[in-house]
Amino acid sequence: MSSTADPYAAQAHARAQGGTRVESMPTLPPGDVADLPPGVAADQMLWAETIAPGGYGAKQLGRGARLRLTDIAGDACASMLAFNAERPAERLNVADTLKVQWNAYLGAGKLILSDMGRVLFTILEDDAGTHDAFCGASNAAANARRYGDGDNWGAHPNARDRFMLALAKFGLARKDIHPCLNWFKGVRIAEDGATVLQAGPFAGGRHVTLRAEMDLIVVLANCPHVLDARPAYTVMPLRVDAWRGPLTPVDDPIRNATPEGLRAFLNVEDLYRR
Amino acid sequence: MSDPALQNLPGEVRHDEMVAARAPWDHVLRKGQTLRIVDVEGNQAVDFLLYALADDAERYSAQDTIAAQGNIFLKTGSMLLSNEGRPMATVTATNVAYHDTIGGACSCESNTLRYGHHTKSQHACVENFLQANARHGRGKRDMVSNINWFMNVPVEADGTLGIVDGISSPGLYVDLRAEMDVVVVVSNCPQINNPCNGFNPTPVRMIVAG
Repeated sequence: MSSTADPYAAQAHARAQGGTRVESMPTLPPGDVADLPPGVAADQMLWAETIAPGGYGAKQLGRGARLRLTDIAGDACASMLAFNAERPAERLNVADTLKVQWNAYLGAGKLILSDMGRVLFTILEDDAGTHDAFCGASNAAANARRYGDGDNWGAHPNARDRFMLALAKFGLARKDIHPCLNWFKGVRIAEDGATVLQAGPFAGGRHVTLRAEMDLIVVLANCPHVLDARPAYTVMPLRVDAWRGPLTPVDDPIRNATPEGLRAFLNVEDLYRR
Repeated sequence: MSDPALQNLPGEVRHDEMVAARAPWDHVLRKGQTLRIVDVEGNQAVDFLLYALADDAERYSAQDTIAAQGNIFLKTGSMLLSNEGRPMATVTATNVAYHDTIGGACSCESNTLRYGHHTKSQHACVENFLQANARHGRGKRDMVSNINWFMNVPVEADGTLGIVDGISSPGLYVDLRAEMDVVVVVSNCPQINNPCNGFNPTPVRMIVAG
């Protein structure tokens, strides 16, 4: 007789699966994770998840939270969207992020800006240095051309359709998929304007640490970079950790580093002055 | 005699309109039609978005366009792609060396960062886009990275970038052929705090042919 022939057996069968550990999964509560970020107490953890190759993850984070993305095996591509959790019509603006800071490349000390002149994230640490604000998310058509298919139900999901699913679970939709940032795969701009991909693979363990400056929804998709020319769908797991942290003080060196950045912080502080 | 702005257009002129300095504009372009944007007085940034007429959740994507052509500059031959990776329009001709699609649109809010809070009440491109889109049920979620025709944003070797003096001049133009039925939404940029309009916003001319 089958072990799932009646509801009693089916229940036992289902419950016996609990406690299984696989490489790509969330840990709940996140403080139970075996490898806490250095210096972070278990009870301060907010999120600990390994996002599968081709997978996605999303989380609401409070102001002050630290978010660390780790390219565990050196071949992750973390495409990111970010929204004001309270009013998601405010979202990451890639053009303003570059234009306001007069620079094309992200790194430690840089800010991630919204379309309302506010700071969504501060980049506290970055030992990767290869990131991309230009080329955006892969889509179904691009993946179909390169891999034969790009569907969410297939072996080669694309970042845009991953975003669509993640956003739907917050009541958001295709119109909310804004231009994104890609962490860990770099794009540099040549003198003639050409995009030059830094595809890796890189050493494992590179990470970026962000500080949430507002209450945010952050959405991550871990799919091959749209310019990645390798014929096989090549991407490795992405580790995500988040923990509670203090609000940015007025004497914070990054807050005060540039006149444009300081005014972005003033606009954030004004939003929460209520 | 003959109007130089009307030369070498493919097909009959269907629409010919001057867009006032600082104003929004929108127009439906049918597949195969050509839109000529004329920089009448020179160095006037024209902030520009496209939406698919059949489904306005599909819209111009600067990132898809840059990734597909492997270059940040828009030139003759550039294919403007949607966020679904589909061709929306082709740059069939332009006599300006290149155009921008990384600089985005000015907004009241970003102006406070770039120039100071004294600019908060100045008119801005996002205000124009919101107004033009509001007539068609679109809103803030429909704002994405746009094209800035006739605007010059170089990127230096160390990544330094910025809006610098323009490389257009009076009468230069760009021709776009629609590859699907699209809604064109434009802000004739009102910015006065940087050189994108030569510190003097001016009218532009929109000619639809075919």
